[in-house]
Amino acid sequence: MSEKKKEVDDRFKKFGTVSFTSLTKTNDFITNLEQGKISGTRCKDCGAVYFPPRADCCKCLSSNVEWFDVAGKGKLVTYSKLEYAPVGFGEDLPYSIALLDYGTYKVFGRLAKDLPENEVKVGMELKTVANKLPNGQLNYVFVKA
Amino acid sequence: MGKVAIIGVGQSTFVRSYPGSIRELAFEGFREALKDSTMKASDIGASVVCSAPEYDKQRSPAGVLAEYLGLNPQPTFYVETLCSSSSTGLKLAYSLVASGLHDSVAVIGFQKMSEISSAESQERMGRGADIQWESPFGTMMPAYYAMHAQAHMAKYGTTSEDLALIRVKAATYGQINEKAVYRKPVTLDMFATPQSPMGGPVSSPLRVGDCCANADGSSCVIVVNEEKAKAFSKKPIWILGIGSASTSVNMAGRDILSGLTVAKESADQAYKMAGVTAKDIDVAEVHDCFTIAEMMAYEALGFAKPGEGRDLIRGKETYKEGSIPVNVDGGLLSKGHPIGATGGSQIRTIVLQLRGEAGPMQVKDPKIGLVHNIGGVGLYGNVTILGR
Repeated sequence: MSEKKKEVDDRFKKFGTVSFTSLTKTNDFITNLEQGKISGTRCKDCGAVYFPPRADCCKCLSSNVEWFDVAGKGKLVTYSKLEYAPVGFGEDLPYSIALLDYGTYKVFGRLAKDLPENEVKVGMELKTVANKLPNGQLNYVFVKA
Repeated sequence: MGKVAIIGVGQSTFVRSYPGSIRELAFEGFREALKDSTMKASDIGASVVCSAPEYDKQRSPAGVLAEYLGLNPQPTFYVETLCSSSSTGLKLAYSLVASGLHDSVAVIGFQKMSEISSAESQERMGRGADIQWESPFGTMMPAYYAMHAQAHMAKYGTTSEDLALIRVKAATYGQINEKAVYRKPVTLDMFATPQSPMGGPVSSPLRVGDCCANADGSSCVIVVNEEKAKAFSKKPIWILGIGSASTSVNMAGRDILSGLTVAKESADQAYKMAGVTAKDIDVAEVHDCFTIAEMMAYEALGFAKPGEGRDLIRGKETYKEGSIPVNVDGGLLSKGHPIGATGGSQIRTIVLQLRGEAGPMQVKDPKIGLVHNIGGVGLYGNVTILGR
């Protein structure tokens, strides 16, 4: 008697240069990212907005959440260019991590490689776009708005 | 609640690579503290063991250490809040003693970081942040603190030279602290170019000299109730206030990037409990894992207004002879930062200062001291106020 192998939804292992997570209830983030969308979650019961997305709302204890798209421009809160990397990220050097403020939420990610360093200023407007890494993994980066 | 005192403090010399096991390393700090307290191991009611566990092969180190230190059959507890583990251990010890559950508790912090490479260490410390949403971008501790530094510079006009001045101060005292890992002087010239010894880029705007060195080390603090304090010690140092806080592990969940909210929250609690203000503090130990961390600490603790921390270091006000001496033992930058041992070492420094036993690092007649110990990138905070 053959037993059907249970399918494991480990889409999240595609996220970032190195992913440390495979099982999460927010796996649809990856499917959205494959379609070029960066998405957060909104609680359908109390309206709380979450980025990074969450499967559960700690404000009202609901798990009734829906996806929304991160759209428009955010303001650069801060950034840092790494010249030294943790294990697994050396091939990416140099790269810059950054934080964008969208008003009701913030997004942590990387600056696009082709964004000239001398043009990067705290307070400048950027937008978030999906990105495919050389190793086939997915992430998102900040580009000129 | 009854009064709670510290009657014994100890630490190992902080070194780049300790030639022994974790239990032997922990023994060094414990022996010094126990002798200092004049107690015997059998007088200790319980132990609290503190470290960040990912550096060692040993699982559940509390039991192993308690046995090696002669602390059986007393209970032992393990606590972890990354780099603030042993000040969290102190808070647990305070609670155990103040509640009357135990009359004395040994807080033992240790870390043997040298068993893994620096790059592996960065990767593991980076995983003290959000491994699902941030670590996949290639994060590490210096990069996170660098983001705070960039925000502080953009908001207040703080410069890289202001940060370098903090490193210069740390080295001034690291040279005279026999327990420090880095005993050499540091000058601004050493930051001059990317090829200079302290000027190499790590994560902009932070450079090599802005970062503390990994170290192996242990610390121990003996915490007792009032009755034991009077029985065993001529110079008990009292825990006057103890505050703690946590915040979002995500940078995206932080409202402020030019400071650490956990530090402000913990300080407010500790000041209120002790019934003192920033003006009453005579000597302080702050968590300077990076130079920017000390700058932000000046402001969170109320030694300077937000954005004015640079005036303190430019005016040398945080040197031994200044209005508020900070990290006059070399701090994490020069003394070294063995994660789990750091908080206990900071407590030791302030206890010795308040007793007048700090040797060449002694500040003139301090009565009230403060310890600020941060875990992760401002994820956890503990502020402890001590008095004679």
